[in-house]
Amino acid sequence: MRYLRLFAVQLRASVQVTMQYRAEFLFGMLITCFYVFWNVVPMFVLWSQRSTIAGWSLEEAALVTAWFTFLRAILDGAVQPSLQAVVEHIRKGTLDFVLLKPADAQFLVSTARFEVFNFVDAAAAVALAVWALHRLHRVPSAAQIATALGLTVAASAILYALAILVISAAFYVVRLDNLIYLFNSVFDAARWPASVFRGVWRVLFTFIVPLALMTTYPALALLGRLALHTAVAALGGALAFVLVARAVWKRSIGHYRSASS
Amino acid sequence: MSAARPSAARRLLRAYPTLLRIGFAEAVAYRAEFLVWMLATTMPLVMLAIMTAMAREAPVGRYDARGFVAYYLVTLIVRQMTGAWVAWEMNREIKEGTLALRLLRPIHPLASYSADALAAMPMRALIALPIAIVVLAVTASKDLTHDPVNVVIFIVSLFGAWLLNFSVSALIGTLGLYLESSLQIWEVWFGCFMLLSGYLFPLSLFPAWLEKAARALPFAYLQAFPVETLTGVRDRHHAIHGLCMQLGWAGVGWLALLFLWYRGLKRFAAYGG
Repeated sequence: MRYLRLFAVQLRASVQVTMQYRAEFLFGMLITCFYVFWNVVPMFVLWSQRSTIAGWSLEEAALVTAWFTFLRAILDGAVQPSLQAVVEHIRKGTLDFVLLKPADAQFLVSTARFEVFNFVDAAAAVALAVWALHRLHRVPSAAQIATALGLTVAASAILYALAILVISAAFYVVRLDNLIYLFNSVFDAARWPASVFRGVWRVLFTFIVPLALMTTYPALALLGRLALHTAVAALGGALAFVLVARAVWKRSIGHYRSASS
Repeated sequence: MSAARPSAARRLLRAYPTLLRIGFAEAVAYRAEFLVWMLATTMPLVMLAIMTAMAREAPVGRYDARGFVAYYLVTLIVRQMTGAWVAWEMNREIKEGTLALRLLRPIHPLASYSADALAAMPMRALIALPIAIVVLAVTASKDLTHDPVNVVIFIVSLFGAWLLNFSVSALIGTLGLYLESSLQIWEVWFGCFMLLSGYLFPLSLFPAWLEKAARALPFAYLQAFPVETLTGVRDRHHAIHGLCMQLGWAGVGWLALLFLWYRGLKRFAAYGG
């Protein structure tokens, strides 16, 4: 309960900081719209060549892209900014001030900053999903929608856990703060349906960096093609990821030696 | 000895090799970070995966699966050897006021920025070279040009593409003298670059009118032109024409850069300096 209140306070602070610079805020919104548009263009170009690619029609692939856009919004808007701040804290030694506060350090650093205009991406993602379902003449059942939403929560949790793991590395090798960019560029692969990938790539994207779970499974759930046990396994996997990340964070923070003293 | 002071250009020429050596030492010192930056260029490989998934069923335009392997691996090499990210550094230095330190030195700041970027090339080549060998081995040279002139043009075009990339990146960095943060402009540029340069997919997959437009813009000369020259899509005649276009755009880029730089410098008041 206390943490919920803290969360609200942190979120409000971020909104106020963003709104303070009005010109930048408006420009940020414009850029976000531009990016949403640019994100779907490759899909249309590719599917203009074929009616199906790796067994996916344009509308079905649009569902995957919608989930990708949505998770990208969560990553850019909620996960990335605050974790980037952690790296800065570690380098400057100001993480001390966070550790001294009477609340869980992981919670505090994870909620330190939100980029508000990523709401635009999220809204565009929903619009894209609705468009795709409309074109497919498909009304998913309540159970299918619930599964897709559950998987979305699991996917967000995995994204967050992976980011925490990446950041934990910064406690050991400070100069590796650009690992987050590597992570970002790997995540880009999630924009395509997972069946595009073969061999080693498929194993990598299903189990190690579970991109398949994040974007392809929710789309499959809405299309009613996802087996129940796959969904359950995915949720279990997400939980495992979060627990491991928490354990690693605990260990890494023990490694932190303030840079200032 | 004559008492005349060496001209600025002579001074620059003498200092440049040293600047390069310093830059190279820096790249070696931060090799782990450097490697991560390079590994982060995964986009061509992801695109290769989806394109080969398409080409397995039937060739896409002029490309079959092996053709795509050649296209995207050469794309990766070109990107690694010609990318420029100086806009980030310039933006930070303008914001933090540390640009003032560069201005105090007797070397033109743009020269020291470019030396930093060029000095990383040997390290980049070290990574690009294995890729190049894979391309040769996998495609068995069927999908590469056989014309030695084209190979020479390809190598020159790598330098041209770097010149153009660097001028745009530095230009956007220079805009930081006029705007609060010019990095958002960089993002717009990069978005256009991805789509219109042939980085994501061969320009020939676009509708004809869009392909024509893309080929008139500078983007195509950053990726598509070098790649197509080496993969043998362009014959010698077209390659020479492309090279002229590329160097022309690079010239425009540098002129605009220098113009904005000297005008913008007058506005620079080091924050907190």
